[in-house]
Amino acid sequence: MADATAQRKLPGSLQTNRNLSQWLDINADGTVTMRPGKIEIGQGILTALRQIVAEELDVNLERVKIVTAVTALSPNEGVTSGSRSIEESGVAFRYAAAEARELLLARAGAKLGVSLEQLSVTDGVITSRSGGSVSYWEITDSELLQREATGEAAPKPYKMHKIVGTASPRVDIPRKVSGAPVYVHDMAPPGMLHARVSRPPSYSAELVSVDVDDVRGMPGVVAVVRDGRFMGVVAEREEQAIRAQRRLARNAQWREVPTLPECDPRYLLKCQAKSEVISEKNRDTPNGRELAGEYTRQFLAHASLAPSCAMAMFENGKYTVWTHSQGIYPLRAEMAPALGVPPEDIVIHHVEGAGCYGHNAADDVALEAALLARGAPGRPVRLQWMREEEFAWEPYSSAMVVKTRAMLSDDGHVTSWQMDVFSHGHSSRPGRGQGSNLLAAWYLEKPLQRAQTANPPLPGGGSHRNAIPIYEFPNQRITNHLIPDPPLRASALRGLGSQCNVFAIESFMDELALAAGVDPIEFRLRHLADPRGRAVIEKVAAIAKWKPNSKRSGDQGRGIGFARYKNGAGYMAMIADVELAGTVRVPRVWCAVDVGQAINTDGVINQIEGGIIQAVSFVLREEVKYDRERVTLRSWDDYPILSFAEVPEVLVSLINRPELPPVGAGEGTQGPVSAAVGNALFDASGVRLRDMPFTRERLVAAMTRE
Amino acid sequence: MAISITVNGRLHEVVADAETPLLYVLRNDAGCKGVRYGCGLGQCGTCTVIIDGKPVQSCDVPVSAVAGKAITTIEGIGSVDQPHPLQRAFVEEQAAQCGYCATGIIMSAKALLDVNQSPSDDELKQALSKNLCRCGTHQRIMRAIKRAAAEMRKF
Ligand code: FES
Ligand code: FES
Repeated sequence: MADATAQRKLPGSLQTNRNLSQWLDINADGTVTMRPGKIEIGQGILTALRQIVAEELDVNLERVKIVTAVTALSPNEGVTSGSRSIEESGVAFRYAAAEARELLLARAGAKLGVSLEQLSVTDGVITSRSGGSVSYWEITDSELLQREATGEAAPKPYKMHKIVGTASPRVDIPRKVSGAPVYVHDMAPPGMLHARVSRPPSYSAELVSVDVDDVRGMPGVVAVVRDGRFMGVVAEREEQAIRAQRRLARNAQWREVPTLPECDPRYLLKCQAKSEVISEKNRDTPNGRELAGEYTRQFLAHASLAPSCAMAMFENGKYTVWTHSQGIYPLRAEMAPALGVPPEDIVIHHVEGAGCYGHNAADDVALEAALLARGAPGRPVRLQWMREEEFAWEPYSSAMVVKTRAMLSDDGHVTSWQMDVFSHGHSSRPGRGQGSNLLAAWYLEKPLQRAQTANPPLPGGGSHRNAIPIYEFPNQRITNHLIPDPPLRASALRGLGSQCNVFAIESFMDELALAAGVDPIEFRLRHLADPRGRAVIEKVAAIAKWKPNSKRSGDQGRGIGFARYKNGAGYMAMIADVELAGTVRVPRVWCAVDVGQAINTDGVINQIEGGIIQAVSFVLREEVKYDRERVTLRSWDDYPILSFAEVPEVLVSLINRPELPPVGAGEGTQGPVSAAVGNALFDASGVRLRDMPFTRERLVAAMTRE
Repeated sequence: MAISITVNGRLHEVVADAETPLLYVLRNDAGCKGVRYGCGLGQCGTCTVIIDGKPVQSCDVPVSAVAGKAITTIEGIGSVDQPHPLQRAFVEEQAAQCGYCATGIIMSAKALLDVNQSPSDDELKQALSKNLCRCGTHQRIMRAIKRAAAEMRKF
């Protein structure tokens, strides 16, 4: 990575990967090669990036080929996360392709002997108004893009877009639904072996004894690898690896220690915290009545449908790794000390995995595959985590407690607002902290120290993401209480802290509206100046046919939730319907969303629909259960998610603003949905649930209390 | 032991322990990678195949139990170039995010459509009651299956 400080500022990820040839090749065979450092995780990013390149270069989409990320070749774009891919990679490609087009036009002008104004491009063919034409493919060579980007070639104005802003079909779907081997899980090069890991029963269990030899003699077993408390088997066949792993697990004696707190997020209130005031306003004297609330959520799991997987090969002291990690460069840097080699001795290829929704075990399994590959040098070793490992060992999203306090004036205005957020950090991705974030590294004979979980800084933030309300309150004080060492592994899940913070803000807004005797939508608009925010709220009210101050009948209710994601990205407003029929059901959710310029309109809608359905599952069902020793999740029975019969119908209305910069759509639904469901539940039942998830037991308990 | 199984009309001789879950034999011996591992516990449906006309979770069946039976996997119903109407409809409706659930769901849907050409929404949801999708693509998937059903009724 070049030192960027003394250099001119370039757009997006061009800033840190400054050579045009890192991003694009214009090939003599009539194709364009693009090399994104961002990766596909089912969010359709590659399709959107390809639209941008085809648009700026004026070539048909089909000509653009994508090379997926590999260390040593692809630009280093850090991690694919935080809905930043369009802002970072999309902008880089937009400027790189615009500049490539200018360079090609300059060559064509010289060749045809005409000025640049004479030239136009259709699908890579440059034509001069005075006659004569030449194609990109004829005038390109390997020198063309060997230069630092200037960032000065102006991208097309949005009014001229023909490919960007349309519903381009995703490039990856035909192969995925055909059953083709597209995931890292499906790799099967000749000679490949299968591996499994045998784990302790809990995080801090101590190994008393283990009999390894007995496992070595089992059918098909090629190697049993043991390094401290990290143990695994490598076998010819997958079922042989599983059987050997089970035997190894039975042969190990562990001593468990009760290190976990009670299974209630309020343990956070008893922990030592680093407290920081992140927003303070004192404009005038608060007046009116005081209201307060306390909102919580449990740890949440990513619960990818595919347990994590990786393949690795160890040969002549060097490693090659195939992984669905979201950040191949940070992963390489973090694997190196655990393997005891310099990063240059590790080559990492990205291969797709299933949806991960944040930082799950993708990175962990990559290191473990490499450790096990040492047992069978020269042969590729595929390590597949089992479902129970994924549930018990992935890093979860931190439990949270949010306390609110506000003063409400007689004329129904909030005159002061106070909020206190209690949480662990929301990121322990590789490369984000002192020590190691890779699970196996903590269990080695020479263990690496476990890195602390941390928060990305504001304005995006981690536990404090969306903790500062977007509403205009004359007085406010927001304090973030960060509790450093989580009892369970914790890292990034879609939306980070915003889910609980927005749930708290938007639930409390409804409670205040009720106290003021004002319709919840009217109450929000009264405190909101931002015109784009107002627009999504008004839009969702229109499509859901919201009737002010109307209590829905019987066991049905309706509620709203709203936020601007990260206080600087997409605006989302949701209205949810709730039905009480023994359990809490959400039959329908309406959403209005503004993510600036939508590169792929259908892609945005697909992401939002998915985000909403998943968030309804979070708020109705999901919580990580544990006792004093261990996480007790093993199967989908312990962590039920919504089924086909239970998911809501979702109606999304996109407010496209092609004149504004594009922002991501993968996150940001979680908070507004959670709040809308909570508010609708109150509307239906008259009971306010402030602890997520809204299980049947919680509802019954709350109704009996009232 | 040696076991022969018929997958998508082709006979495979497999040397494996009788108790081996069919899933691993399909993936690793028959090369059907579209049959996916999700839980190994019969809970998620990513491994769904059709055996004698019925949807079956292949992680939950020992290979010895299916000797002599006709097994159909996602690879047996269509391909990128010659997609089954269900696969085509999934593309037309863009009914995937990560797509990991898609192949198992298509097999569950096919088993239903083979016996019921015009399923109601409730029948469809019932047929998919053992298939999970974590990305929240459910409503597009429902639309795609209904589109495919309409398409298939034409023939
Ligand atoms: S893998 Fe067979 S049901 Fe989940
Ligand atoms: S599309 Fe990812 S699990 Fe269904």
